[in-house]
Order: sequence, then structure tokens, then C-alpha cells
Amino acid sequence: MNADVLRSYLPLYKEAAMLTIRLGLLGIALAFLIGLVCAAVLYCKIPVLRTVVRAYIELSRNTPLLIQLFFLYYGLPKLGIRTTPEACGVSGLAFLGGGYMAEAFRSGMEAIAPIQLESALSLGMTRTQALSSVILPQALTVSFPALMANVIFLMKETSVFSAVSLMDLMFTAKDLIGLYYNTTESLFLLVVFYLLILLPISLVGSLIERRLRYAGAGL
Amino acid sequence: MQALGFEVLWKGKNFARLMGGLWVALRISLIAVGISLVAGVLMGALMTRKNPLIKALTQLYLETVRIMPQMVLLFLAFFGTTRWFGWNLSGETASVIVFALWGTAEMGDLVRGALESIPRHQYESAAALGLDGKQSFLYVILPQTLRRLLPQVINLITRMIKTTSLVLMIGVVEMLKVAQQIIEANRMKVPNAAFGVYLTVLVLYFLACWPISLLAKALEKRWS
Repeated sequence: MNADVLRSYLPLYKEAAMLTIRLGLLGIALAFLIGLVCAAVLYCKIPVLRTVVRAYIELSRNTPLLIQLFFLYYGLPKLGIRTTPEACGVSGLAFLGGGYMAEAFRSGMEAIAPIQLESALSLGMTRTQALSSVILPQALTVSFPALMANVIFLMKETSVFSAVSLMDLMFTAKDLIGLYYNTTESLFLLVVFYLLILLPISLVGSLIERRLRYAGAGL
Repeated sequence: MQALGFEVLWKGKNFARLMGGLWVALRISLIAVGISLVAGVLMGALMTRKNPLIKALTQLYLETVRIMPQMVLLFLAFFGTTRWFGWNLSGETASVIVFALWGTAEMGDLVRGALESIPRHQYESAAALGLDGKQSFLYVILPQTLRRLLPQVINLITRMIKTTSLVLMIGVVEMLKVAQQIIEANRMKVPNAAFGVYLTVLVLYFLACWPISLLAKALEKRWS
């Protein structure tokens, strides 16, 4: 391995990593919101919407992100819907993640005994109040491990962004290998940068998880 | 449907080629699943051992494979190992190796979880009833482990099928690549083919994975 090569590649990887982190976090935040709304719809058993949400969850969970992105980026413009690569990557990640997050929230909410909802309602709370201040806080602690696993999963999934010509870490590595044939250095930096992004998330996740378990929160 | 390019699929052998591409992806995942199932059971059995060295090694393997995006693993196998060890790997072989390694790690963790979820008193009760080691494993432990394991394993299989879409990136001609070729070949006559063809690919992947996840869900409901 050549130190000079590594040093000269470093800025490129840094920039690519920033892109991965920025788009990844944005997509994950959106996925979180979508998941929350979908889980609420399922929990409240809102008629028609519920069926739509179910179909959405099945579709997003049973198709690969790469294909979703191809459809969004190359297919949709044919209908006149133009998108930028960035918007495409973020919305693809949000579409995929929304389904996974919804499942995580739903299983957490279902773990809360129905008596909690009934008690909240009989105390005179509205459904929204009961949901947001009684059910959700408890459900969140239950779903935390699943949510955290989803965050890591989605961050890893950003590696297909290069397919819609976003210059992320994978793109940079492939480009550099193709240009200069410094395979070892390029791959080494690729692994290092993914570790730098993913390890902290994983560590913080398991730390919080342990604290939640100590507190005996949730159930 | 002229405008959306679905009709391109019915020209010549296009649809058959697309299905052939799907088969390439499914074949890779089937071989990898087969290897992972066998190796994963061994791996899971190893992981329940008390030996600290074995524990550390299996844990290291699991975490390493898990933390990296599968794309990175594919790149390491396809571009990296070929350079470092000087061997030749076709894209397909590299994918099978990567998915088998990854599947083994995930499967091992599932097997470990299932084995550890059986409470000790089950072993003890079996022994108290006079069953020997083999009998208690076959008639008491195994059936309970399988019930817990099977839905999770089926879920893992759908994950592996979905992940095989990535092999496009290391030059394997699978469904998405065939779709690209079809779209390119018709670029002049049917400029909007991308919509119809990619939508079809999306639906085909869905049709490949959905029944399997439904099966997992049904088994989970029935056995939990």
C-alpha cells in the first residue's frame, strides 16, 4: 500500500462520505416520519388508508432499493416527472425505509397492552393525545432495537446510490480503481470510511439499548 | 400503451430474456442460500460453545460481515481478491462467495438465537425422562428450535434474493442489466421504454419475494 496514494485520495473520499452521510441521514429522517404515520394509521385502524399503507409496506419491503432507484431515476422522467439524483436517492431511501420503520413502530405499539389506550381514553384524552403521550413513548422504547437495526441497514443501503450517478463512497472507489488501478488503496479507504460511518452508529445504538434495558422501560 | 414502453417487452425474445435475467439472480441466491443453511447451522452450533476463543472468532466474523454494506463485500471479492491473490473470479462466482459468507454469518446468528432460546429445563426434563443426548436433541430441542427458526430463515432468504440485485454492479448480466440492454436497443423507436421495462422489473422482483415473505408471516403467526 502506498501512503502517497492514500493521502491524495483522502479528500475525494471525505467528500463522498459527507454525501453518503448527508443523504443517508435525510432519507432516514424521512423514513422515520413515514414509518410513524403508517404505524399510527395501522394502529388506529383507519379504514381505506389502512389498506393503502399495508400495500405500501409490502411493496417497499419486497423490492430491492437498487430497482426502486432505477425506476425513480430512469423510469419516472418518462412520465414527465423530473428529479435530481440527490432527490431521487433520498426519496428512494425514504420509500424503502418507511416500510421497515412502519413495521418496527407497529410491533412496538402492539406490544403495549390495550388497557393503556382504554385508560387514556377514559381519562378524557383525545385519540391523538393518547397516542402521542401514552402509547408512543412506551412503544418507542420497545421498538428501539428494531429502529436502530433499521438505521444501520438503511445507512448500508446508501451504497447503491452510485447507480443513479451520485458520487458516494462506492462511486469514488469504483472510479478510482478504473482510473488508476490502485485497487488496494481504493478498497482500503472504502472499508475505512464505511467503518467510520457505521461503527459509531452501531456503538451508540447498543449503548442506548443497554440503558433502556437497565431502566426496565417499556413493558 | 405506446407511450410507456410496455410493448417492448413483447418484441422478439425480450420477455424470455428478462426472465432469464431473473433466473441468474435467483440461481445465485439459491446456491448461496443452500451453502448458508448448512454452514450456518454449524456456525450457530459453534457460537453456542463456551470456549472464549471460538466465541471471539465467530463474533468477529459475524460483526465484520454484518457491518459492511454487501456492495463493499462484493467489491472486495471481485476487485480486491483477484488483485491480491492473482486468481480469476467471474462476477457470478464472486457473488456466490460473498452471499454465502454473508448468509452463513446471518444464519449462524439466527441458529444461535434459536438454540439459546430453549430454556435449560427442557434439556433437564428430557434427561429426567430417560432420553439420551441424541434423543433429547431430536425429539425435544430440534422441533422447538425449528419452529422459531423457520420464519426467520425464510425472511433471510427474501433478503438474499433482494440483495442479489447488486450483482449488476460487478458486471453480472442479470435482470436489471438485460432491462438496460432492451431499453438501449429500442432507444430510437421507443424512447419511453425505461418506464415500462423498469416497472416490470420492479414487479417481477416483488412477485419473487412477496410469496416467500407471506409464507414467513403465516408460519410465524401459526407457531408463535
